[in-house]
Amino acid sequence: MSYENVIEIEHFKQQFGKFVVLENINLTVKKGEILGLLGPSGSGKTTLIKAIVGMSEPTKGSVYVLQTKIPSLAAVSKIGYMAQSDALYEDLTAIDNILFFASLYGMKRQEARKRADEVLELVLLKDEGKKLIKNFSGGMKRRLSLAIALVHKPEILILDEPTVGIDPVLRIEFWKEFERLRKEGVTIIITTHVMGEAEHCDRLALIRNGGIIAIGTPQELMKQSGENTVEGAFLYYGKEGEVKNI
Amino acid sequence: MRVLSIAKRLIKQLRGDPRSIALMFVAPVFVMYLLSTILTSATKTPNLNVISAPDAYVTKLQTLANVSVVSSEKIALRNLNDKSIDAYIIFNGNKPKITIEGADPSITSLVMNTLNKLSMNSASQKPEITFLHGSKDMGAFDSMAPILMGFFIFFFVFLIAGVAFLRERISGTLDRILATPLKRWEIVIGYFLGFGMFVSIQTIILQVFSVYGLNVPMVGSFWAVLVINLVLASGSLALGTLLSAFARNEFQLFQFIPIVIVPQIMFSGIFDLRNSPAWAKILSKIFPMTYGAEALRDVMLRGKSLIDVKYDVLILIGYALLFLMLNTLALKRYRKA
Repeated sequence: MSYENVIEIEHFKQQFGKFVVLENINLTVKKGEILGLLGPSGSGKTTLIKAIVGMSEPTKGSVYVLQTKIPSLAAVSKIGYMAQSDALYEDLTAIDNILFFASLYGMKRQEARKRADEVLELVLLKDEGKKLIKNFSGGMKRRLSLAIALVHKPEILILDEPTVGIDPVLRIEFWKEFERLRKEGVTIIITTHVMGEAEHCDRLALIRNGGIIAIGTPQELMKQSGENTVEGAFLYYGKEGEVKNI
Repeated sequence: MRVLSIAKRLIKQLRGDPRSIALMFVAPVFVMYLLSTILTSATKTPNLNVISAPDAYVTKLQTLANVSVVSSEKIALRNLNDKSIDAYIIFNGNKPKITIEGADPSITSLVMNTLNKLSMNSASQKPEITFLHGSKDMGAFDSMAPILMGFFIFFFVFLIAGVAFLRERISGTLDRILATPLKRWEIVIGYFLGFGMFVSIQTIILQVFSVYGLNVPMVGSFWAVLVINLVLASGSLALGTLLSAFARNEFQLFQFIPIVIVPQIMFSGIFDLRNSPAWAKILSKIFPMTYGAEALRDVMLRGKSLIDVKYDVLILIGYALLFLMLNTLALKRYRKA
């Protein structure tokens, strides 16, 4: 059985108390694509991501990951998640942090050790594995968070602002890695504020006013809006203020 | 397996934080030592002034109290005022008149007891007193020690478990591990086991110190007491992590102390509740500490066995299980599945 749509979100609504964060969201993500979620802070990007990871239950509508209705622990084990803030244990070494999360995904000790070395090398932290996290810089923590998200070879990678606080050189390295993963068939959802990054995505979803105001490839969005940068397109759609489907 | 991963991680984490470990092991011992010093150093003999008393009376009184004879009531009154004596006795003919300082009821009763003994000594029929449990030498600290020991275990375990679990949430790592296939109960049990190890060490240290270091009366079995203490600590461990789910920061967690922890010691049997209103008795039946205190006293002072206190122990185990279950439910706030 082969399936194209890795993530399917239908009529999704999320409400906290009386406050509606997102409403009537419909979104499908295909296998092996990089989808960028763009939007001002507070627009609900993280809310949407938490629904995909299964940390919240939709007020209305449904979220399917790999044909499984979320929340589901089985689906979650195929997702690699990098949270907006680095959730690391400061009193442990980098390797111990990775091994701990690997064990939560049910990886065997030997396999996990091998994999820990691999992912540390991927994020250029090979020589820092035995250092305690409390001695890590912000950028190093970000890299380790990515390493942890990759440790169990997930089919889907969900990255909440992965490049915040990271220098431009490293940002390029990150994106090289994302593109390599995409070639392997990994589906990536990424939130960002950085418009330059958005251009690397296969598709962009602009979130504003509680809905997806535009979705399409960066080229489509620029063409539709008549702007020649993604930033311009973003501002253009923001002004329109209504939900469009392309 | 994942339960053990959590437990192992906690142990590794704490090993990297020797200060917390030191606090965990040293603080209860320190507090217990301070209390024993205060409670056993209470005055045993009152300071008295005597005015124009018969010589025989003074000699007899001198065996029971620190007595000095003064010439006038005026001097005695001055001494009483500057608190160098606790009471004075003046004889008007054959009749003694006693004036007591009176601001401290424990000293008042000490004076009264001394004077009662004096009149009993003179009576030819001296009653023979035997003790079912304890002895006449048992002081306030000795009788309270079992409860205090249980309470400090309860209190420090609550603090440390609560703060540690809270930190997991504030640092975002709880959210992060809830984005893995880890089940909610696995987190709760993992925490319980990981901390359980440190708590056991802490309990053993405090118990060994109390029994062998402070020489508190210990009629029953050391192992029975250890079982009770560990069950009590389990309940507190579970309660600490449970309540931390309802606190947004350390301050809010500490606000639970006067509400949840302090009443436990007040209603656990350290004060006599026989004549208290019904609601106070009901309250004392709700608190797990009451059952721990009762069981500890029964074993340590009355020499009962674990079988004799099985209901108390079972209730404590029930509380621990209840808190663990509620904790698993409380985590639903952070992830539905």
